[in-house]
Amino acid sequence: MNATNYTQLLQLALPQVIIVVTALVVMAVDLVALRKRPFRIRFTVATTLASLGCAAAILRIVLVPAQANLFDGMLIANPLTHLVQVALLVLTIFTLLLSADSNFTEHIGEFVLLILVATAGMMFLVGTQDLLVIFISLELLSLSLYVLAAFNKRSAQSWEAALKYFLFGGMSAAFLLFGFSLLYGLSNSTSLTHIARSLHGPSLNPLLVIAIVTTAIGLGFKIAAAPFHFWAPDVYLGAPAPSAAFIASSSKVASFFIFFQVMALGFVGVEGTAAPPGLVRGWTPVLALMAALSMLLGNLVAIRQTSLRRLLAYSAIAHAGYMLLAIIGHTPQSLAALLYYVITYALSTLGAFAVIAVVEENRGSDELSHFAGLSRQAPVLSFSLAIFILSLAGIPPLAGFFGKFYLFVTIIQSTPKAASLLWLVVLAIAMSAVSLYYYLRVLKQVYVAPPADKATAFRSPVFTQILVLILAVAVIILGCAPNLILKWILAAVQASGL
Amino acid sequence: MLAWTIYISFIGAAALLLLPRGSTTLARILALLTAIAGFAIALAAFLHHPTGEMQVITRVPWIPSLGIEYHLAADGISLTLALLTGIIAITGILFSWNIEERTKEFFAFYLLLIGAVYGVFLSYDLFVLFVFYEIVIIPKYFLIAIWGSTRREYGAMKLAIYSFVGSAMVLIGLIAAYVVAGSRTTALADLAHYPFSPHFQMLAFPLVFVGFAILAGLWPFHTWAPTGHVAAPTAASMLLAGVVMKLGAYGCLRVAMVLFPLGLGAWSHHVLGLGSWRDVFALLAVIGIIYGASVALVQNDFKFVIGYSSVSHMGFILLGLMTLNQIGIAGAVMQMVSHGLLAGLLFAVVGRMVYARTHTREFYLLGPMNLNKAIPFAAVTFVLAGMAAMGLPGFSGFVAELMILIGTWHAYPLLALLVGLGIVLGVVYVWRAMQKAFFAESRTAERPPHHPLPPITLPERIGAIILISASVLVGIYPQMLLNIILPALNSPLFEGLRKGSWQ
Repeated sequence: MNATNYTQLLQLALPQVIIVVTALVVMAVDLVALRKRPFRIRFTVATTLASLGCAAAILRIVLVPAQANLFDGMLIANPLTHLVQVALLVLTIFTLLLSADSNFTEHIGEFVLLILVATAGMMFLVGTQDLLVIFISLELLSLSLYVLAAFNKRSAQSWEAALKYFLFGGMSAAFLLFGFSLLYGLSNSTSLTHIARSLHGPSLNPLLVIAIVTTAIGLGFKIAAAPFHFWAPDVYLGAPAPSAAFIASSSKVASFFIFFQVMALGFVGVEGTAAPPGLVRGWTPVLALMAALSMLLGNLVAIRQTSLRRLLAYSAIAHAGYMLLAIIGHTPQSLAALLYYVITYALSTLGAFAVIAVVEENRGSDELSHFAGLSRQAPVLSFSLAIFILSLAGIPPLAGFFGKFYLFVTIIQSTPKAASLLWLVVLAIAMSAVSLYYYLRVLKQVYVAPPADKATAFRSPVFTQILVLILAVAVIILGCAPNLILKWILAAVQASGL
Repeated sequence: MLAWTIYISFIGAAALLLLPRGSTTLARILALLTAIAGFAIALAAFLHHPTGEMQVITRVPWIPSLGIEYHLAADGISLTLALLTGIIAITGILFSWNIEERTKEFFAFYLLLIGAVYGVFLSYDLFVLFVFYEIVIIPKYFLIAIWGSTRREYGAMKLAIYSFVGSAMVLIGLIAAYVVAGSRTTALADLAHYPFSPHFQMLAFPLVFVGFAILAGLWPFHTWAPTGHVAAPTAASMLLAGVVMKLGAYGCLRVAMVLFPLGLGAWSHHVLGLGSWRDVFALLAVIGIIYGASVALVQNDFKFVIGYSSVSHMGFILLGLMTLNQIGIAGAVMQMVSHGLLAGLLFAVVGRMVYARTHTREFYLLGPMNLNKAIPFAAVTFVLAGMAAMGLPGFSGFVAELMILIGTWHAYPLLALLVGLGIVLGVVYVWRAMQKAFFAESRTAERPPHHPLPPITLPERIGAIILISASVLVGIYPQMLLNIILPALNSPLFEGLRKGSWQ
């Protein structure tokens, strides 16, 4: 290792460095200059500064796109990682700006700092193909998220959620580490490509089976796939709205991307097959089981929910099931489909949480009954919420529909003998028909039910309305013209040669 | 130009939402103008296009990486149904002139629905068709759930779920067909000429056919129809029966039968005397005809009578498709038009003229009101519409049912007899409804009612006259439509169907 490598390292990691420096600056400014000012100003200044930092990082990535692979995949830069990093940064900017109107905490500097640190963790996470760096950046992300979930110190629910999240998260980290250590033992390397090369063999080593299962459990926890989803409903319900939105959107994007990489790069040659006759051992049957369980459990339990946050949590489990299909497909096309799906999904979820935050502010709770008659009091927010919910339900011409369509197409394409994964796709489509029921229940409250009491005024901040509307328009445009983003994704996937 | 039927409806819907609060009259007029513009465009295309062959409207790449094109085209069948949509759209607005609550939103959802319906009829790429087909679901849910009556939330949700399940089945079939054909294109013409294996077609055909037929009211998947129709506000029932159910039938013909013609072929063995999917669906269609008519015969709710009559009439359409001969299929398209006009009219009489005034649809309450004296225009309209629906000569129903009967006689002589029974039952239930609702023996004949019913308004009169004259026009000069429907059926698109199992 020579000195030039270190300058290169610094250059490659410059976007992350920018984020971390911004985080420190925000913290310092908030502590030193703004301590005594009202919340509103402190939040505005902190989120604006942080957004500027994110924008600077985006500019750096876009304007100086580097192509590199340092230390055997420890730090990687290629069009694909750039694309995902930019997507993460854009989502973070939206999360930050949307939190500008909240007042759940006095520790504004710390809150923004944690979001930025988590973002830096995610950026490292997507820019690596090395087990150690994956684990470290995953922990950086997770630890920040645990604290973010607990950030509303006035609410016992927030504490409870964070504790649950932390306990389950710790356990899953242990599983993941266990799996990773087995992989290291089997292959004598922490680089995914080296591991893949040494795993080739006619029969499956029992240790490898354990490694596959524990790795899948560890990563399955991050994406809230059943049966490792227990934290999700509580965290979605208890965490402050901006934290929940962040956990539900950005962290999903990063986790799915790394899940795909670990499986598709690290376990090449031990896929097995999930097609019904003659289930061959490998990692695809494991994921197929998780996917099927998630789709069933998520959609069926969501029907019974009365709180919109919990409903979104179960719908997130269901969506994790759909997206797992892309990992099972593990072709370049299915990676493109996964990225399109998870990015548009994150936009919808983020927007939905922003609307929830406003409704909670005004009516005190996210119970479905509190959304009654929203369309008459906040037409813009209601319209946007309808767009987000319908996109989640997969109604064309919104982004969620094309995401599902493309995902399902790529999965059926992925198997050489067409239609052997058809059963998963049929299950997914059948379950998405079920999902329309609970999504429509939400919209029924918003549009059909009469407002509970007309006397109370409904305050919807203009800035939030604008942001939410931007997200809704993005969901519509990406759905009507998927090519806008799809061509970047496809080009990036091709260029990265995954 | 024809593509503007879609855009103008969507633009109208968006413009309505931007109107200031409380501008009720403006909203109505804007909606009406939009619908008229859509109809005028469809009519102009109809007049300029006397041959009925396929004519491309727009064809631009949409998602090149998947080979999906934004491809709109129209042949005689599409044009006929677009014209029907225009008429129903206009009259539906005329019959909802009395909507006072959230008027803007009502018409916005209404126009969104209309635009998507035009879109389905004009799509020539399966992906585009499916997109428009699914857009239809959401506005019809809200139209029923917000402005409906009896058990509206139940009816609306049932309708939405049935539609969505149907379209999920279609989606599975389409994705499978797309991938099997090499994932290069979703163009209908290209996929129709792709030689899918007979085994694949045998599996895919029933899936896609039933997926569409759920929306066309195929027995036993029809149960959304009566509840949905009854719950819906007048304009929405008119749209549902008039055009939305036609979407299902259109999809059966345009997608399921065109893509998978071999799926209609004979099985290797007989099950319960049925030798092919064609036999199965023909039988289900006939059961639908007779079942719908019999249930309509015993209803006490006026609107349920019409709701079940729709199931019965839609059975004719599906039966016409399953005859697989030219006269039968052309008859099915004619019946789509005829039923669209007449069901629209019947729902208008029941929902707007009678229910909106009397606030009841129960026959035992309507009878004593002496409606033939109180609102004679409604009585006359219902008599005319009922005669047309029975299939009396001179109206559109006669031509359509006759063609379907002849086609059935060629294909399934035995079923043709049962259909005859269905037609007789049709006469009986219309007669019974007419008698009970309008001409019941009044025990309190001399006493004037406490509140005289408001007279029939001008928009209602215009709407009724438009629908009746359209039905009469089609009835006395069916050649007008057949001239463009028959060439469309002889086009290369239906070649597989003609070669495969056409008789």
